[in-house]
Amino acid sequence: MTSRLRCGPQLAAGLGRATSLVLALAIAAPAGATVRRPATADEDARIVHALSRLTFGPRPGDVEAVRAMGLERWIDQQLHPEKIADPDLAPRLASLSTLRMSTSEILKGYDPPPELKREIQKKRAELGDNASEEDMRKARRELAAEYKGQMAGPPKQVVDELQQAKLLRAVYSDRQLDEVLVDFWMNHFNVFAGKGQDKFLLTAYERDVIRPHAWGRFEDLLKATAESPAMLFYLDNWLSTDPSANPQDIRRAMAEEEGMAPRRPARGFGGFGRRRGFGSAPGMRPNGRPAAQQAKKAGLNENYAREIMELHTLGVDGGYTQKDVTEVARCLTGWTIGGLRRQDPHFVYLDAAHDHGDKVVLGHKIKSAGMKEGQGIIHMLATSPATAHFVSYKLARRFVADEPPASLVDRAAATFRKTDGDIREVVRTILTSPEFFAPESRQAKVKTPFEFVVSAVRASGADVSDATALTQRVAQMGMPLYQQQPPTGYKDTAEAWVSTSGLLARLNFALDLAAGRVRGVTVAAGGLAPRAGDGAMLADALAARLVPAGLSESTLKTLESQSGQGLDAARVAGLILGSPEFQRR
Amino acid sequence: MVTRRFFLKSSGLALVAFGAAPKALVRSVYAAEGGRRKTLVVVFQRGAMDGLNVVAPYGDPIYRRYRPTIALPSPKGGSNEAALDLDGYFGLHPALEPLLPLWKDRTLAAVQAVGSPDPTRSHFDAQDFMESGTPGLKATEDGWINRHLQATPVADATPFRAVSLTPTLPRSLAGRAPAVAMNSIREFDLRPSAGASVAHGFEGMYEAAVNDVLHGTGQETFEAVQFLKKSDPSRYVPAADVEYPRGRYGDSLKQIAQLIKADVGVEVAFTEIGGWDTHAAEGGVQGQLAQRLRELGQALSAFQRDLGDRMQDVALVTMTEFGRTVHENGNRGTDHGHASVSFVMGGDVRGGKVHGRWPGLEERSLYEARDLAVTTDFRDLLGEMLTRHLGDRDLAKVFPGYAVSPSRFPGVMRA
Repeated sequence: MTSRLRCGPQLAAGLGRATSLVLALAIAAPAGATVRRPATADEDARIVHALSRLTFGPRPGDVEAVRAMGLERWIDQQLHPEKIADPDLAPRLASLSTLRMSTSEILKGYDPPPELKREIQKKRAELGDNASEEDMRKARRELAAEYKGQMAGPPKQVVDELQQAKLLRAVYSDRQLDEVLVDFWMNHFNVFAGKGQDKFLLTAYERDVIRPHAWGRFEDLLKATAESPAMLFYLDNWLSTDPSANPQDIRRAMAEEEGMAPRRPARGFGGFGRRRGFGSAPGMRPNGRPAAQQAKKAGLNENYAREIMELHTLGVDGGYTQKDVTEVARCLTGWTIGGLRRQDPHFVYLDAAHDHGDKVVLGHKIKSAGMKEGQGIIHMLATSPATAHFVSYKLARRFVADEPPASLVDRAAATFRKTDGDIREVVRTILTSPEFFAPESRQAKVKTPFEFVVSAVRASGADVSDATALTQRVAQMGMPLYQQQPPTGYKDTAEAWVSTSGLLARLNFALDLAAGRVRGVTVAAGGLAPRAGDGAMLADALAARLVPAGLSESTLKTLESQSGQGLDAARVAGLILGSPEFQRR
Repeated sequence: MVTRRFFLKSSGLALVAFGAAPKALVRSVYAAEGGRRKTLVVVFQRGAMDGLNVVAPYGDPIYRRYRPTIALPSPKGGSNEAALDLDGYFGLHPALEPLLPLWKDRTLAAVQAVGSPDPTRSHFDAQDFMESGTPGLKATEDGWINRHLQATPVADATPFRAVSLTPTLPRSLAGRAPAVAMNSIREFDLRPSAGASVAHGFEGMYEAAVNDVLHGTGQETFEAVQFLKKSDPSRYVPAADVEYPRGRYGDSLKQIAQLIKADVGVEVAFTEIGGWDTHAAEGGVQGQLAQRLRELGQALSAFQRDLGDRMQDVALVTMTEFGRTVHENGNRGTDHGHASVSFVMGGDVRGGKVHGRWPGLEERSLYEARDLAVTTDFRDLLGEMLTRHLGDRDLAKVFPGYAVSPSRFPGVMRA
């Protein structure tokens, strides 16, 4: 039971191929087939490999550029994105205005005003339980149109722009490794845009929480996520309070914090004196009997406490128990979101909501110390050897192989411990290791849908004027950006992405892209190999251009024979982008 | 695999030789076997559904004490503001009202306190263990459904013997036996405009990539595309009065019904529905859980009416990775717990009954003093469905390391 699930070292064959291909061609290739192999084949293979992992796929000319600079120097430069100018990216993002807005500006411009929400609720009550979703959608649209003047745009625009920006950055940024690493951390600290107000919080989360810390100390990154409204909301910690605390005291404390008069929450405890939206869970309906259904007490919520250990730090086998989960949740009570009524959400610690008893976490006694308890927990988790190992393992899995060599993970974890969790040094350990460059690592990873789409756009030298259609394609392949509901994030291993429908979606995208049938994307397939003629020569020229890692002999042979049937450059390019080799990196 | 490929190749020949319509060909294959195929449909509810508010033990006063703000009120003569009585002790969440007719005509059953013996409260691990069918064992490579396919090889299996209406192949179906994942029937095709040379090109490339993990997927994909084209399931539109709820989940059940009606040889179909992780604002009669249940119930009801007589050959089971805490938390929600509830529907089901031993809610009966205890191992439930519905006699292969015994079957299927 193996072949379908495991990615073996098949592309070890790809390595030895440089030579075997030349031999094969000498014997079997039709005259005129010109697959050129550079003289320094091994160095170029290393460059191609590095490009396939530190970037979202090589563009035409990238191999030559890295060769000219020197591979080591190029890797070092990518490890210091702040030293790369990246002048071409900003104009690409210029029209996506929400990217540069504060959360407060986003909420004021894109969160429907309360009157509109009330009218929508009223409409829903009118239509009754049997109203179809379609009717509701229509009603919502009509009502929203009346409020158009008061809003900068529909709520959906915020996440749409984030998705487009993610795609455009991955295609066009010169700080490629930075984009790869930010993608890694966004997935590691996943937040789901579909959960209520999180759609308005993700912009600042990526820009102000993840990006500034992506290359710093892991503990700082962990702390920044713990204090981010996006994470506090996503994993419910903002609602978690000492079960014996008096909710009125909590509301009073929050009002004081905000400099406003205390106010009863509109619905449920969720309010904390809510002004808009935050109090209502996603899609929650008015119950018509608020008094009867209103929560009368506060209480503990274990959601974040569990995930910070299982997913963010120690890993599921990191040696914690259910009791530890509860105790960590108690330490983190009072870590919540303030400023909601002013539409300016930010982290606050609310002592009135905190559980002031002593706790025991992972065998350590935690003396009652208010906010310092949570900070101590974050420090304890960030500096645990289990965390060093788990984070190093995940990074190695992303950069090297689905089952990364234990020797490499151990060395990366040692770097983690030695440098106090310096992410740059851990990544450097991985990217400069012999294991990283080992033949069995090359082409060992199956691309995720996002990696596949972006790498195809990069390889074909396409011009993207509107990334919307591309993000939709990624979603159709099972990876809607910013919309992974479970906190685990997207899987990073082959078996998650190898499926019939996934493959069909990839093949069709390859064909559509090469034929210029993806809206907002211009590709000149003919221009990719202007003087190649047709048939086998065209196939060879396009293959050399699109897949610097090389195609297998059998793929090349199929390609050449099908190209002989009079296929145009677009179809040949589509076949190459859909080939088994192009699904790997 | 060899047999399967042989079948496909020879079916192509048969078409040429007899000029038979594809559907007739497919039917003839079943006729040889004695009629229509039995189908098992598996619905995975990801996120851990709170079974205690779905089939609620309203007859036990402790239930309400644990859940002062989210407990379902005891039944009030069929009112939708309260639980809907099932048997004088358990009540159905009112958002599942569309399922009540099925309960009454005994084609729907529930199994209370079902779950995995593994103590994990991690969504990821618990789903993984349930889908692999080996709680506690992370090294298992394939899923329980795939091992069932391996254990019961079928000479004339079609590419759609096991199909998942999901964008990626779920863990349950992963493994050596072929299985198809699809977003939708409509999208399951190569761009026709690309032409035959391109199609042959792709087939050739993936056929030759014998050492690649993508090789098998490629083969399965191209065979399945061809096969689906011939049987054209999109012809089978639901009757006018059958309305599936909008969204991915409703669509997926609608398309499973189409595949079944088109006789493409579906033995096991899989789909999933998320959003059950109700830590906050789960609510009682109204709330997040109610919303999810409305979608779940409407789609199951539509599926049953859509299939009509064909439900005689279909059994559907719902499963979720674990249940939720008996106590509500501070946010009108519940945290990760242990046992939950499964629904089973179909012609062979012993319906109108809450199956499974009820462990009770007294403090001493709870698992780790906080959660509903598991009294039916999920492997006994699935094992019963495989044995009694699909005729699988080799459960030791499906659930390695677990002695599935009919004596522990919950008894949801007619023997």
